[in-house]
Amino acid sequence: MSTVLEERRAAVQAGPGPRRTGKPLRRGESRLHPVTWIFVLAVMAFSLVPFYWLINTSLKAGESLGAGELFPSQPTLDNYFVVFRNPDFFLALRNSVIIAVVTTAVALVFASFAAYALARLKMKRKALLLTLILSVTTFPAIAIAAPMFSIWREIGLYDTLIGLIIPKLTFALPLAIYTLTSFFREIPKELEESAYIDGASPFLAFRKVILPLAVPGLATTAILVFISVWNEFLLAVTLTTSPESRPVPVAIAFFNGTSEYDQPIGAISAASVLITIPLVILVLVCQKRIVAGMTAGAVKG
Amino acid sequence: MTSAQKLAERPRTFGYDRAERRLAVRMVAPSLILMFLVAAVPIGYAVWLSLHQFSVRQAGLSRFVGLDNYLDALSSGAWWSAFGQTFTFAAASVSLELVLGTAMALLLNMTFRGRGLLRTLVLLPYAILTVVSAITWQTMFEPTLGLVTTVLRGLGLPGGDIVWLGESGYAMAVIVLADVWKTAPFVALLVLAGLQVIPDEVYEAAELDGSTKWTTFINITLPLLKPAIVLAAIFRTMDALRVFDLPFVLTRGANGTESMSMLAYTELRENRLVGEGSALSILTFLTVMAVSVIYIRFAGGNIRAAAQEKQ
Repeated sequence: MSTVLEERRAAVQAGPGPRRTGKPLRRGESRLHPVTWIFVLAVMAFSLVPFYWLINTSLKAGESLGAGELFPSQPTLDNYFVVFRNPDFFLALRNSVIIAVVTTAVALVFASFAAYALARLKMKRKALLLTLILSVTTFPAIAIAAPMFSIWREIGLYDTLIGLIIPKLTFALPLAIYTLTSFFREIPKELEESAYIDGASPFLAFRKVILPLAVPGLATTAILVFISVWNEFLLAVTLTTSPESRPVPVAIAFFNGTSEYDQPIGAISAASVLITIPLVILVLVCQKRIVAGMTAGAVKG
Repeated sequence: MTSAQKLAERPRTFGYDRAERRLAVRMVAPSLILMFLVAAVPIGYAVWLSLHQFSVRQAGLSRFVGLDNYLDALSSGAWWSAFGQTFTFAAASVSLELVLGTAMALLLNMTFRGRGLLRTLVLLPYAILTVVSAITWQTMFEPTLGLVTTVLRGLGLPGGDIVWLGESGYAMAVIVLADVWKTAPFVALLVLAGLQVIPDEVYEAAELDGSTKWTTFINITLPLLKPAIVLAAIFRTMDALRVFDLPFVLTRGANGTESMSMLAYTELRENRLVGEGSALSILTFLTVMAVSVIYIRFAGGNIRAAAQEKQ
């Protein structure tokens, strides 16, 4: 069969057939059609130009800010100094780090147990449980934020970091379980079986054999959960009110630059650039992991 | 491999079955209890709150009003316009993201110099804060200093003198654009994963049969990509119906951009109407859940296939 196919393919490639005049863009093709190149450049431009304009805006102050110059004629770091002089900016950074680290850690501990059981152990109603867990990730955050706002104000957790970490777990935990479950599934089942034969209990097999092998999956899950918690806005804006507990997205949304003589958009842009740099580095370093995690379990076969 | 085959291949480990089941329950229980506390309890409490009216003047004073808050919301123009605007946003942004994301995936699936760079660049918007994405597009469309408005003015094209975020229709367009910019890469990665499992032989056979590139794409690639695209559509729709960050930063919900979540937030936080705000939150919740049920009924085959593949 394959030899017939190869012969026919050779025949097609040898022949001058009319369809061969255009360049077929299959996998393995190393040179692109000019039209395709235009698409590639357009996609690159669409991804990058807005970033350029954000940086461009952050480097302008005073009159040049309103002039709409494609290149800042008098680039200045004034906007960045405004951000650095604003103590709320650093408070927000501290809050975001604490919230994201604690939420990710708690979610990962709980999720690693649950995901292992859902991926590997015999269990009743597994599919139903997974569907239930996955459906929580589609809950609108406002349905959690509204009651939490009332509960927290009554028991004094409103406008506190812990009061933000708890509801963020609502979305971090199912995301972690879902992502980890697909990673655990990829580990060969034979490993536990040989551990069982060696006399290990199921839990010992999990702890000593599977968990060490799942470290890459755990790392990927941690990155995804961290980014999602860091990015979350609705809960954060509903459940906080002071700079002492506001995380970065809320602080940026309410950032006014603290300078009366400048348009705040310059300082807001500068704050946005500063906050984006660590995330860009994270993406550059962990690109493969992020892609693997985002598509894990989503599409197979 | 079917699960029956797997079962047959497994060594006999008598006694481990029960131990496994017991362990499974113990491992899942903590997460389920935690999720019950942070998801089910708040939503239950929101339902309770939504059936009451709370005194604005005196804290703690409330009375049971039954479904009044819901009836008020459902007979108000505000709810229905937020409802319509949310669905308009979802339809526009998700369809653009599916088209652009699929196009990006097709580009990323080709082998050419610079593919790695393209993949990184495409992924960058995905990683930034949604709030920053909003600010970025605000700078693009600012009346005086925006790139889009400046270029349009310079070229003498219409649109240069429009205050984009200050006019309904235009404001929605900016919000859709900001969303597409940030999340088309997500769709691209899901579709790319679907593309990479299509065997080369399929394309070779199509070529031998004289199929052109376009007919190959329509008749072979697209049907094989359907599960991936449907899955991306579901993920994106669920997310788009919850939209909040973008209108909050760009317009504070003005000029025809108020979403369901924004309306509920405004009633709750700004107007301090706990009962009414909770009712709107529950209505938002029910709307999103209803859409997911509809999706599962229509796209159930794809989801079940994916689920069976996993077991």
